[in-house]
Amino acid sequence: MNRRVIFSFLILGIFGLIQVSCNKSSNDTVNIGAIVALTGPASFLGGPQVKTLKMLEEKINNSGGINGKKLNIIIKDSQGQAAKAISFARQLIEENSVLAIIGPSTSGETLQIKNICQKMKVPLLSMAAAEKIVNPISSYIFKVAPKDSHVARRILEYMKKQNFKKIAVLTSNTGFGNEGKRQLTKLAKEYKIDIIISEVYDKKATDLTGIITKIKSKEIDAIVNWSIVPAQSLIAKTMKQLKLNKPLFQSHGFGNIKYAISAGAPGNGTIFPCSRIFIAKQLPVDHPQRKVILDYISDYTKKYNEPISTFGGHAYDSLTMIVKVITDGATNRQMIQQAIENLHDFPGTAGIFNFTAKDHNGLSIDCLALHIVKDQQFELLPE
Amino acid sequence: MTSTFFQYLFAGISQGSLYALLAVGMVIVYNTTGLINFAHGEFMVLGALISSTLAVFLPIPLAIIIGVIFTAIFSGIIEIIFLRKFKNFNVLKMIIITIGISILLKDVFHHIWGTDYYSLPYFTGDKGTSFSLFGAYFSPQVLWVIAMATLSIIILSIFFKKSKTGLAMRAASLNPRAARLCGISTSRMITLSFIISGALAATAGAFISPISGICFDSGSYLSVKAFAAAIIGGLGSFYGAVIGGIIIGVLESFSLYILPANYIDIIATSSILIILFFKPAGLFNKKILQNLKEF
Repeated sequence: MNRRVIFSFLILGIFGLIQVSCNKSSNDTVNIGAIVALTGPASFLGGPQVKTLKMLEEKINNSGGINGKKLNIIIKDSQGQAAKAISFARQLIEENSVLAIIGPSTSGETLQIKNICQKMKVPLLSMAAAEKIVNPISSYIFKVAPKDSHVARRILEYMKKQNFKKIAVLTSNTGFGNEGKRQLTKLAKEYKIDIIISEVYDKKATDLTGIITKIKSKEIDAIVNWSIVPAQSLIAKTMKQLKLNKPLFQSHGFGNIKYAISAGAPGNGTIFPCSRIFIAKQLPVDHPQRKVILDYISDYTKKYNEPISTFGGHAYDSLTMIVKVITDGATNRQMIQQAIENLHDFPGTAGIFNFTAKDHNGLSIDCLALHIVKDQQFELLPE
Repeated sequence: MTSTFFQYLFAGISQGSLYALLAVGMVIVYNTTGLINFAHGEFMVLGALISSTLAVFLPIPLAIIIGVIFTAIFSGIIEIIFLRKFKNFNVLKMIIITIGISILLKDVFHHIWGTDYYSLPYFTGDKGTSFSLFGAYFSPQVLWVIAMATLSIIILSIFFKKSKTGLAMRAASLNPRAARLCGISTSRMITLSFIISGALAATAGAFISPISGICFDSGSYLSVKAFAAAIIGGLGSFYGAVIGGIIIGVLESFSLYILPANYIDIIATSSILIILFFKPAGLFNKKILQNLKEF
């Protein structure tokens, strides 16, 4: 029995050593970590993100890598759970010695690993939207998704123009949903709009008739839903079934055409702000984002035979930023952090990035355009 | 005001019939084996996923039938592989095995079907149609769910009261030794109970999929609710499970008057605790004996 125990420990020890040595960054690979919600309720975000990262990794390595070095993206599936994100962050930083981490996909997870990355001085390019990620600023923490407050303002601005005075706000009980609720509640007064009813639903909810019934009993001009889960489509369907014929607004969490397809005909007419990634063809030829977006669309759709989404776009932006600063000479974590902080006029799918020491998001409100769903496609809303 | 009442009521009844159907499946397995099958939700998911995938190129009724039959047989095979050999284990170990099966199946579904949500097309009308009753609106799909649940329960009642196999199953669950002496193969009855339970779950999954969409891990959430329904009705009581399901559905729906929407799951889980504290045999069992199993 004793011999067996010793022997098993020996074997485990050897395996452990092999593991560690395989993942240590050698001089001719560039290790970048990625924490993505590939499965779980946020899989509509994580799925395209993983696909985008793998596609870019292959493309970059096939054209010689970064300054001759092989790009190695270590992807971890957090399932949208903060606890997993935390342990993967530690693993990527300590065991895999990554130069930077892309992700996580959701705001809830990002807020949980923010402190670890800042303390260990590892650049984190989050693909999530919550403003708290970069406010207050931590020097190593960046985010590439549009600001929630900008999105909320876009929606409220448009509502004011349409003379909507009373609205209903629906949010999911996730970090993203809670932030959205906070922003809308805070900013509504500025646009003289009253939030008559505000309901939070569970992120796993499969039936929303009760909530829509409650809303129907109130006098409202429009409804805003702010979540990233499939319930976004459910709301449109339920509203139609219950004959609640009010304008429906969504957040930029709606930026995956699968939501529009899932909502079907009831989804038509939904309005939401998002980056120009879906309407790149309508951009003028010399618009800096046009080529970036069209190239991304053609590569992604050719490889995966599915439409692009804003979420995959965030993965694209984070990775291309990191690759650019490394190509331009950054070799360690601190140099990467410095270089990104000084990035100007960087065209990405989400907008044109201008980072500064005080602005770790880099996107202005102009990067968002209002879209409307027509025949299950996203179109620019003429304003 | 009354239209809102009926809206909540119908929403509650439709969700409740789903819970009821899943609970009945759990009770059937419990009655013949004494264990709670925590992988029950996964059979619902499997039925929904298979029917949805087939419905792309087959007519819907055929897709559903194939999905149900496949899941039923699959369920029986799972029982044979994982549970038959271990009948001498105590119930707790077997329940943990079912939890393991649930995790395994979820992963298999994830590999085959990915993370997308699948659904059958609405059986009548489309995503927006609805009709009204007493001022409340609901999708025709809700009626399909309620009708299917009612029909299944009627068929099962007849099966258990009148047919030879049904009587044999009841005999095997009430007194396995005596049943064996009468020539009834108890292990076959157990497999059959899994098959029936799997078929019920698959049908429920297929019918509910247009409304909510099913993905690879939709099973656990509903398993808990079904379990709560079965406990409320009194574990082992067939009709109790049905009524328990409807009660939970309706309570959840009306709780929206006072609770924020994301707290409604409390209803199901706290009702388990309340029943176990105050009436452990459930609402519909007169005796507090745990061994009372009545179809």
